[in-house]
Amino acid sequence: MSDRISVAKTYKLYIGGKFPRSESGRVYPVTDSKGKFLANASHASRKDVRDAVSAARKAFGGWSSATAYNRGQVLYRVAEMLEGRREQFVAEVSASEGVAAKKAQSLVDASIDRWVWYAGWTDKIATVLGAANPVAGPYFSFTVPEPTGVVGVLAPQQSSLLGLVSVLAPVLATGSTAVVVSSADRPLPAITLSEVLATSDLPGGVANILTGRASELGSWLASHGDVNALDPTGAEPSARADLARDAAGTVKRVLTVPDTEPDWTADADMARLRRYLEAKTVWHPLGV
Amino acid sequence: MGIFEYAPAPESRDLANLKPHYRPFVNGEFVDGSGEPLKTINPATEEVLAEVGTASVSDVDTAVKAARKAYTGVWSKMPGSERAKYLFRIARLIQERSRELAVLESLDNGKPIKESRDSDVPTAAAHFFYHAGWADKLDYAGYGPNPRPLGVAGQVIPWNFPLLMLAWKIAPALATGNTVVLKPAETTPLTALVFAEICQQAELPPGVVNILPGAGDIGAALVGHGDVNKVAFTGSTDVGKAIQRQVAGTSKKLTLELGGKAANIVFDDAALDQAVEGIVNGIFFNQGHVCCAGSRLLVQESIAEELLEKLRYRVSTLRLGDPLDKNTDIGAINSAEQLAKIKGLVESGDAEGAQRWTSPCPVPERGFFFAPTVFSDVQQSMRIAREEIFGPVLSVLTFRTPDEAVTKANNTPYGLSAGIWTEKGSRILWMANQLRAGVVWANTFNRFDPAAPFGGYQESGFGREGGRAGLEAYLDV
Repeated sequence: MSDRISVAKTYKLYIGGKFPRSESGRVYPVTDSKGKFLANASHASRKDVRDAVSAARKAFGGWSSATAYNRGQVLYRVAEMLEGRREQFVAEVSASEGVAAKKAQSLVDASIDRWVWYAGWTDKIATVLGAANPVAGPYFSFTVPEPTGVVGVLAPQQSSLLGLVSVLAPVLATGSTAVVVSSADRPLPAITLSEVLATSDLPGGVANILTGRASELGSWLASHGDVNALDPTGAEPSARADLARDAAGTVKRVLTVPDTEPDWTADADMARLRRYLEAKTVWHPLGV
Repeated sequence: MGIFEYAPAPESRDLANLKPHYRPFVNGEFVDGSGEPLKTINPATEEVLAEVGTASVSDVDTAVKAARKAYTGVWSKMPGSERAKYLFRIARLIQERSRELAVLESLDNGKPIKESRDSDVPTAAAHFFYHAGWADKLDYAGYGPNPRPLGVAGQVIPWNFPLLMLAWKIAPALATGNTVVLKPAETTPLTALVFAEICQQAELPPGVVNILPGAGDIGAALVGHGDVNKVAFTGSTDVGKAIQRQVAGTSKKLTLELGGKAANIVFDDAALDQAVEGIVNGIFFNQGHVCCAGSRLLVQESIAEELLEKLRYRVSTLRLGDPLDKNTDIGAINSAEQLAKIKGLVESGDAEGAQRWTSPCPVPERGFFFAPTVFSDVQQSMRIAREEIFGPVLSVLTFRTPDEAVTKANNTPYGLSAGIWTEKGSRILWMANQLRAGVVWANTFNRFDPAAPFGGYQESGFGREGGRAGLEAYLDV
């Protein structure tokens, strides 16, 4: 009597809507919280970062000019897909974070709800952050928020799914595109999320997810000339200053983040949305 | 006398109440700074206007301590409704002393009196009026209930709009409950020190506003001071990057308003005479010392010759000379150093093969002046198309289609402003959408208002000044 042998998965990166192996050919072992081997994940390299930034830049035009209604629908569709793979996420979060199934369930539920919350923001950002400016003169002046561009995200190291969703969804909701480095030791929920993104209606390249080390990849994202903003959440606090200095080379918008990982179960606010938005003010004379 | 000649109409320089000595302003008093005094000169005549005491690094610490004490002891505790009244008082005092400030600004900066009188000073007063009203309404600003100030703001401003940039920085900082240490530019400290007198007249509590004249080292010391919570800088992109590096790894909140290389785009259906006025205003306003100046003119090829002819004629009628003459359109370049930079870049335009046309206007023998200059046949790779010249020099490029105009306009690491000239409304809105710039002027240029946010994309900086969006820079949100 032999037990069935499970079908082992080979995990890859998610770049430009495709699942390539790391250019470097490197992999690293992923274990659960007790040290039991779960899988090998791709160990992304500098070249993978460059490919992902290039994919994100290519996708930016289409995603940023899609209607807010359309972006909201796409993001809601992602939430639907997340819900559909709820059990898999619960198992992976439980294994990755070493939490009981019940706790993992509530984290997954919160992740889905958070995604829905951000999906609903796409068509409200302009109303809430835009303005008609009452200037003193015969001009019509208005201000609209616009996405900042390509955002480099170092995802939280502890919170493998809820944290990841909390940092990725606001980038996408603004119309920016993202290159995300997942939690190094807890990458499986991120890999599964990339499978969800690939099978939802999100255009390829809008979100790119790399598994690997923030300590290795962070500086390449921070210094890349075609990255417009940086979220250093997943970086070691001791590495933050160097990342911020790298980011200054191209005047990147750098999100201010606390030294210790925040409680992601707390309600989100607009702070992350605002950091990835520019304000464009347009003037036109009035007259006949 | 020809048709466009006017008798001189100089404004009286006595209105400036110029004093032989000015001193730093710390904790409500004018004090002796321990830095090396500087002599500020009139760039139109090269004469010394006054001696100005400067701060040393130890004075920076004293000023920050005064600002901290005023923040914790008085200003952050004060109800917004009371803070508002101080700001309204300041706005009124700026208006009452507007002629004095305008003349002083023109003397120290070299800008024409008609601009300091009609633009700089009134807009500075308007910024205090606008922000005064916010002081007790911050709960309604959209950043959640009871938004908190940050603490002590260290602010460094440039020489191109000395008083106006001070107002852009100080008004929102005070309205939101922060206290301020501000370093004016080395070459233009005078109106900031008269503003300090206005703070005294308004009976602003000591330490709420501190002003430290000095050079770049004082700015760096202020930005790097451990007890400063907020850094705001307006100036060049290079210095902005250095400041971003300097504050990296600290909890300081940073906003940057940096350089630009704005595209001013003219389509074949534009009202050409209006466009010419807008182009002139876009690049020759304030001698071109404007970060959002329309320094790259993109003209649709089919009208390029006609437009250039009209433009050259119009530019040749601009009067260059004494900034205090009310008829003067173009005043003096702010410093010998800046004049040398402009000349260097113009020489690169010649060397790289662009066609230079310079206005035949007479140029005074003394003082720092540069005649309005228009380069045609400019290619995108040339330095005059890529680098900020910060002077009265326009580079003209052409395009054929709207898409090409967008591509060329966006072909820069900067992203501060842009202009569009066309009679077609749908094209204006489409273009405005496509341009990666923080301010887009359509069928107008260089309009400013405290109610309208201003600031850049990309390497033109981050954060906004003005409007509701501008409050975020000074709130802990």
